[in-house]
Amino acid sequence: MLKRWLRQTTIAVTLAVTPVCAFAQDAPAQGGDIVITYKDDIATLDPAIGYDWVNWSMIKSLYSRLMDYKPGTPELVPSLAETFEVSPDGLTYTFKLRKGVKFSNGRDVVASDVKYSIERAVNPKTQGPGAGFFGAIKGFDALSGGTSETLEGIEVPDDATVVFHLSRPDATFLHVLAINFASVVPKEAVKAAAGDFGKSPVGSGTFVLKEWVIGQRLVFERNPAYFVKDMPHIDRFTVEVGQEPLVALLRLQKGEVDIAGDGIPPAKFLEIRNAPDGADMIVDGEQLHTGYVTLNTKVKPFDDLKVRQAVNMAINKERITRILNGRATPANQVLPPLMPGYDKSYTGYGYDVAKAKALLAEAGLADGFETILYSTNTDPQPRIAQAIQQDLAAIGVKAEVRALAQSNVIAAGGTEGEAPMIWSGGMAWIADFPDPSNFYGPILGCAGAVPGGWNWSWYCNPDLDKRAIAADSMSDPAKASERTAAWEKIFTDIMADAPWIPVTNERRVVAKSPRMGGEDNIYIDPTRVINYDAIFVKP
Amino acid sequence: MVLLLARRVIQTVLILLGVAAITFLLLYALPADPARMIAGRSATAQTVANIRHELGLDKPLAAQFWAYLQGIVTGDLGRSYAQKTDVGTLIAARLPATLVLMAAGIFIEVLLGITFGIVAAIRRGGAVDRIVMMASFVGVSAPQFVAALLLLYLFAVTLGWFPMSGFGTFAHVVLPATTLGILGAGWYARMVRSAMIEVLNQDYVRTARAKGLSSARIVLRHALPNALLPIIAMIGIDIGQFMGGVVVVEAVYGWPGIGQLAWQAIQQVDIPIIMGVTLVSALAIVLGNLLADIVTPLIDPRIRAR
Repeated sequence: MLKRWLRQTTIAVTLAVTPVCAFAQDAPAQGGDIVITYKDDIATLDPAIGYDWVNWSMIKSLYSRLMDYKPGTPELVPSLAETFEVSPDGLTYTFKLRKGVKFSNGRDVVASDVKYSIERAVNPKTQGPGAGFFGAIKGFDALSGGTSETLEGIEVPDDATVVFHLSRPDATFLHVLAINFASVVPKEAVKAAAGDFGKSPVGSGTFVLKEWVIGQRLVFERNPAYFVKDMPHIDRFTVEVGQEPLVALLRLQKGEVDIAGDGIPPAKFLEIRNAPDGADMIVDGEQLHTGYVTLNTKVKPFDDLKVRQAVNMAINKERITRILNGRATPANQVLPPLMPGYDKSYTGYGYDVAKAKALLAEAGLADGFETILYSTNTDPQPRIAQAIQQDLAAIGVKAEVRALAQSNVIAAGGTEGEAPMIWSGGMAWIADFPDPSNFYGPILGCAGAVPGGWNWSWYCNPDLDKRAIAADSMSDPAKASERTAAWEKIFTDIMADAPWIPVTNERRVVAKSPRMGGEDNIYIDPTRVINYDAIFVKP
Repeated sequence: MVLLLARRVIQTVLILLGVAAITFLLLYALPADPARMIAGRSATAQTVANIRHELGLDKPLAAQFWAYLQGIVTGDLGRSYAQKTDVGTLIAARLPATLVLMAAGIFIEVLLGITFGIVAAIRRGGAVDRIVMMASFVGVSAPQFVAALLLLYLFAVTLGWFPMSGFGTFAHVVLPATTLGILGAGWYARMVRSAMIEVLNQDYVRTARAKGLSSARIVLRHALPNALLPIIAMIGIDIGQFMGGVVVVEAVYGWPGIGQLAWQAIQQVDIPIIMGVTLVSALAIVLGNLLADIVTPLIDPRIRAR
């Protein structure tokens, strides 16, 4: 069964990789030299460390991993792995590597590189933010606790085989092997860089870094030896940093820039959209994002379910999407629409002021109450917080808006009994990988409801925690739909307890020049934002 | 002169030590936990603790400060939290651009400031004077952001005379330096004007005039050198300010200077970079003033004699 699934997916990959765009109007042409701008410096290109949405997509293209995603979709496919097998108990994963894959320093990629790279990502000395993703691998605690230098759960019987032994079944494990932290790096290059591997990266991905002038630009060149034929399409891309988004947009309009990575400043949005070639320039895509207001279940009166339900009905989400220039859709549940497990039939708490007031009265708060709403202080978040404040006022709830620097809001959220309500804008959850479990543990599970955690509702339902563990134990790919259904139910049950007001699913906007080709979903790829491997210049 | 230098070196060390101590204390009093910022949202408590330990943030504050000072003495400004690179390297990479913009900006400031200051002083009370003073007032109070965008829109977008953004050629420096020059020239113009007016009323100027010297010679040869002293002190201060970074202008023109680096670091709570930039600009301010102190007596024999 597994084998057949494998063969099918492998065929699907070979079919999928090139013709993603075959159905589009323009066929991807080979060649082209493009310019992309960002406001901030690129932090690092070390795959064990980089964890922001700008370097995420560059790291994806510099390195390869055992697993990856079909461009533009949340669909897992083997990448550096040729085939893999999962044991029936879900505790052993065996991967066969593709043959003849080379690092850009010319050496063959072998199985021990995979082991080294993951151990490096987990090793506390690396200071990597992604260590926790590998928690299911045997020996994780010893390495992350500093009592071992290796992971006993990764075996390398020969150069072409890697075997993972897990301490618990983890249905997300294939996703874990597709995230950047699992990128394969050559040990000798890491050693040679002496702590600066992030500035002189060596990988086996679609591109290699040719030049990095700090504070000015990075030049990436196509890796001619990349193991998938006809990938990537462009020959070279230059990332210019320190570029103010407004100026980047002016340069884009003049044809000096091909992709303005920071999107379109709100003040320019309508002008661009209404320009003659505006439609060609705006890429507007869904991401795995939900913006929400947390209702602190440990702070009065939000410890009362009726109050949480009442405020859920009080928010005019349509109006908030208008504040966001229509770059968002109203949300009614925790998961975003693209995420497996999203419940299309669920309607949630509709906007109903009368009913909200009635619920408050039932809770003994007919005259309303006073509370505090935290928000970050960068536009448009305070304006959205004010819109929520006005909506709450309509049902008699007086909310004081506290707009603070992001780190202060995060600190308040992670302090028990501190923040009654937090508007998540600017800090909201965007999935690390397209799996529903990623929206549970840290932000709604008991594990996150700890000081310094991200579960700012301090919502902890042990019964749901058990069901979450059960769902994540279903690692047999044949049970995938059963597992997704289990997660769907978990999230519906969470909404019955209303620890959040799901408000919006924000879309990301990227501005590109009309000469750039390809579907929108490779400019806002759900797993990597800009997919440098798949974009192309129109012939 | 040697005595002055020795005294200044000691002062400089003390000032830098004070700046380092204050910045260090302020940054560590921030509620933001750098370890948590680096760890990101998916990190377990264990990961955060590990990172805190690796950065040495779990040591007492005094020990951290001592380690930092030891680093400075050996030329090690620490490693950036976010970029995982030597802060010294990051600052050094941005020094050329900062120096170019500083030199060009100050050159335009001084050129415009002296020219208009003299013209206004000579035509004191007249229409020209009033226009110059009005313009300088607008200049010193105009927001950099607006001025920079206006110049960019006019000369780069509409006319296309200069590149919109970047660093490397002479053309790149024109707009950012002009923006800074126009905005800063107002201070110089006002200062030159009042100094000139004072000098022009002095007896020796009247004598020169009575001798029948041309007014150009009186102004340029006799009056101007005496009016320059405050300008030199002001250039010294400007050197320090420009080294600390001109955040807005650098942002608009994509100029890879120290200001950009500082601004990014502040947003990311990247404490080692903030510390490094603060120290470098403090050093620049001290050196700028020292330079002014050294140059002044070379120009003015009266001060030398004292």
